[in-house]
Amino acid sequence: MPGTPSQSRNFKLLVAQYGQKYGILVALVLVCVILAFANEYFLTTRNLVNVLRQTSINGILAIGMTFVILTRGIDLSVGSVVALAGVVSASFATTATTAMVPGGPYPAVFALAIGVLVGVVCGLINGVIVAFFRVPSFVATLGMLSAARGLTLLYAGGKPVPALTDSFRYIGTESILGVPMPVVLFALVFFASLWVLTSTRFGRHVYAAGGNPHAARVSGVNVNRVRLLVYVISGGLAGAAGMILAARTGSALTQAGIAYELDAIAAVVIGGTSLSGGVGKVTGTLIGALLIAVVNNGLDLMGVESYYQQVIKGMLIVAAVMLDQARSKQA
Amino acid sequence: MSAVSGDMRGEILAEALLQVRGLKKHFGGVAALSNGQFCLMPGSVHALCGGNGAGKSTFLTIVMGIQDRDAGIILRNGREVVFAKPSDAHAAGISIIEQELGPIPAMTVAENIFLGREPLARFGRVDFASMNRRAQELLDSLEFGISARTVMMDLTVAEMQLVEIAKALSHDAEVIIMDEPTSALGGAEASRLFAAIGRLKAAGKGIIYVSHRLSEIFQIADSYTVFRDGEFVGEGAIADVSREALIQMIVGRPLTEEFVKENTPGDEVALSVRHLNALDWVKDISFDAHRGEILVLYGLMGSGRSEVFERLWGLSEDRGGEVRLFGQPTNIRKPAQAIAQGLAFVTEDRKETGLVLTSDVRANLCLAHLDQLRLGPVMLKRREAAASQRMIDAFSIKTPSDRLEVSGLSGGNQQKVVLGRWFMTDPKVLMLDEPTRGVDVGAKREIYRIMSEFAKAGGAVVMISSEADEVLGMADRVVVLRDGRISGVLERAELSAESLLHLAA
Repeated sequence: MPGTPSQSRNFKLLVAQYGQKYGILVALVLVCVILAFANEYFLTTRNLVNVLRQTSINGILAIGMTFVILTRGIDLSVGSVVALAGVVSASFATTATTAMVPGGPYPAVFALAIGVLVGVVCGLINGVIVAFFRVPSFVATLGMLSAARGLTLLYAGGKPVPALTDSFRYIGTESILGVPMPVVLFALVFFASLWVLTSTRFGRHVYAAGGNPHAARVSGVNVNRVRLLVYVISGGLAGAAGMILAARTGSALTQAGIAYELDAIAAVVIGGTSLSGGVGKVTGTLIGALLIAVVNNGLDLMGVESYYQQVIKGMLIVAAVMLDQARSKQA
Repeated sequence: MSAVSGDMRGEILAEALLQVRGLKKHFGGVAALSNGQFCLMPGSVHALCGGNGAGKSTFLTIVMGIQDRDAGIILRNGREVVFAKPSDAHAAGISIIEQELGPIPAMTVAENIFLGREPLARFGRVDFASMNRRAQELLDSLEFGISARTVMMDLTVAEMQLVEIAKALSHDAEVIIMDEPTSALGGAEASRLFAAIGRLKAAGKGIIYVSHRLSEIFQIADSYTVFRDGEFVGEGAIADVSREALIQMIVGRPLTEEFVKENTPGDEVALSVRHLNALDWVKDISFDAHRGEILVLYGLMGSGRSEVFERLWGLSEDRGGEVRLFGQPTNIRKPAQAIAQGLAFVTEDRKETGLVLTSDVRANLCLAHLDQLRLGPVMLKRREAAASQRMIDAFSIKTPSDRLEVSGLSGGNQQKVVLGRWFMTDPKVLMLDEPTRGVDVGAKREIYRIMSEFAKAGGAVVMISSEADEVLGMADRVVVLRDGRISGVLERAELSAESLLHLAA
């Protein structure tokens, strides 16, 4: 029966839901259109590829963060894990004579596996502390933020790990069909996560455990296991991001990744994922990360001082959430 | 409806504490309230009745100044008033005691009562001595027997409710709105509340009482007003209306029977519980639930009934005891095992432990059945959609699409989603904890029908209920709990409200 009051109400609900879904995409497109007119260089392939490359590391961290935030948690340790995984994996792939790992450099695949493993172990520790010792994630991962940074400095003796092998640097510097490797990896992570969250049982469990952990538990969801795994995912992805960063710059820095967790959280929040759990999508996070990168790029192109960029990013984060609140009130 | 008296409709009654006429409110294009009408006289308890979605909540939020109205007038003591914010309503002597209480648990009773208007001594220091004294005087004058210095979290739910009443009166409220005040109370605690209501009435206050529990309304109310689909349907004196007539007014069609019960208990034992302990205070619980039987666990709040369910469901640790399903010993340590064994558990509070409110209807329906709808780690989306549709049809869940968030559904439909989730798992034993709390009479009857059909088809139902009417209407046998132990077992033939209360209290 078209046109009945309940039908028009459903239509309104749907519009509200779509608005929530695509509002941030509209903002991204709008910013791109404005920049395209404001600066002739913006729409060049070279610049767009550059933007994507700049998005990829924050994007990978933000996707891991999305999993954590969907379960009502937060992972503040990703920036430090970036550095730790960077120096540890790099120590297996350096040609420097001062190498701390004897017998190197090892094959890149081995070094990369070690880096992911470092991230996974950090995530596992976070997850165990949050899920089984009932420590709030904010505190548990704040501890890891400090501890992993300290371990990074201890491991590397406070110095960068330089002179990485070309095969290790492949993941940061090479391209496939003109697409830089970091972007390729980011795309892989994105599509894999999209599939996990929308099509697997684990994805269903993440949304249920985040939306209402009590109800999920009663319905047979192993909520602790879900909580553990999201930190492992976040840690593993932070490990990967750390190696991409080291590979791009050619050496692993002990101060790499400082405050990266904040940009990752910003991308997730701008992307519409709720900090109270159970609501959000990786597509939103992708758009959020792109929006941050595009705005930064645009301000760079227009020669705006980097101090202003921070102010504008701050306003962007808050404005995105304010918009979200206003919309959800309407619906 | 015949109960509408002409003079109340047209005239303004100067002696009425609160009179509302022609109240309208739209949300978007939808009328939540199209003609709200109400008249509260001093020294009376006036029940506001209606199903879920009848417009009661909208009506109350407008009267309390939380929302504005599109049209209509509100008269307080015969004078027209406009409340732009809740504090305006408070100032006019109207207070509300809400379904979900908002006490600050770590503060004392006195601090809660005087929250936001603490008496001050010099230099802005809170004058605790005077605050405690005034709060205690108030509590004593109401004969509540609560110390003003008690920390809120040490009180029972009923006592917290009494504190809310005291708080309302400390605002000099003349009109007190109670929204489902007994939904979290047991029988004895409810009678304490009713005694307090009696004293308020004697003091000339007017009480607007909102409840789905008709027996309460007939017990304490003097008059009633019924809303349906946002419209005023009728009003009158409780003494002049029968229970059947009131139900008919609320649901809008005649209900042949309030309860549906067509099952007959069989001989085969489905669930057998022996000497079960839970936590450290629920001890030695033994009962058998047969196929085709509706067994009720009855008891007051804190009698241990929910704890028995939680133990059976593997939510609390093993403290001894034996559980058999169809003769086979089981060792359920977590919910997934219980589900695999053919048990289903509809929890007490659908918002707290039942639904994932942020997810859509389909995700909620399929949540306990995901293992049967997947191939390896991958969900089979078509089978999910089909399973979800099957439950929507089976329980006639009213939703335009199963991709809409479950929070948008009415209470009764939400409860049916929880039931649907468990029926999807094709259970043999159904555990229901207060399955009809907070749903309207129409939806209640459907839930009874579902239970009855399940038992009739050979399933076993174990239900926790604190509504005596419901127990009398549905139970084949009742196991009564008191202080964590079984205090008696009643066969259907021996059931009466008195025998239940006798064993429970």
